[in-house]
Amino acid sequence: MPDEDKKRAAHRALVDRVLNGPGQAAEEERARAFANAGLPPPLDVLIGKVATRPAQVTDADIAAARASGYTEDQIFELVVSAAVGQSARLYEAGLAALAEATGEAG
Amino acid sequence: MRLDILNRGYRPGTKVLFTLIRVFSGHPVPDAARLVFYRPGFYGAQAKQFTHEAMRGPSAWSVADRELMAAFVSKVSESAFCVAAHTATAGQAYQDSAKVQAVLTDLESAPVEDGLRATLRMLGQLTREGKVSGGDMREVLSAGVSRQQVQDALAVCAAFNTTGRLADAFGFELLSPEGFEAGAKYLLKRGYR
Repeated sequence: MPDEDKKRAAHRALVDRVLNGPGQAAEEERARAFANAGLPPPLDVLIGKVATRPAQVTDADIAAARASGYTEDQIFELVVSAAVGQSARLYEAGLAALAEATGEAG
Repeated sequence: MRLDILNRGYRPGTKVLFTLIRVFSGHPVPDAARLVFYRPGFYGAQAKQFTHEAMRGPSAWSVADRELMAAFVSKVSESAFCVAAHTATAGQAYQDSAKVQAVLTDLESAPVEDGLRATLRMLGQLTREGKVSGGDMREVLSAGVSRQQVQDALAVCAAFNTTGRLADAFGFELLSPEGFEAGAKYLLKRGYR
């Protein structure tokens, strides 16, 4: 297997585990956190910050998610899903631009 | 860290390991290392494998170049923990911390090769704006960077976009300068596995 495929395969395994593996947050909620779309307040605020401006996450964002009924383990999973999701989109965007530049299918 | 489970929720064997590391290294285990021990089946095990492959797997980029990319991407995304950790690691890997500081201060005037500069510029744009164009990629390729090298750089970028977001979201505690240097030495010796 070429080395670049090993890197992408390891990345795909991470994405697959976070989205489809066993967890305490529902798969559907993890998918929404991954996509940063369709989550109810106040979780949408926390997940939106993780995806777009993580330096602005505060203790209050986590506390609000806890107060709305999510356990710490569920928050852990949803924050991880959001971080992996946003970086997966950047990775795909970069690879698509590279494919366009070299005239090859991604 | 912001979740109690990430401060106290580790298995007994893991807690013993953290204590041993602290005693023998003289430094607390960095939060970046602790995080991947929390329920490793959910995130840590796969994350370590991907990060190690991106940072230490075969590549035409040197380890130092990839650590510099990690520091640069973290700087653009303002992830203080990752900037400090990978600035220290890149500085040790190049044996030239001034070069690393120059890149982080002003990429355009820094003393690096044009291919690396063009690659860092592209990674910065991707991290900042979430997109790059085919034209942007052609500029990187025309600076002498191979298609494979661009792919490798994008893997580094993906790994540190993930870690940096988690560092900020969970609130990784910053280490002392000595702590970051000790962590850097470990990362160069052992990698991310």
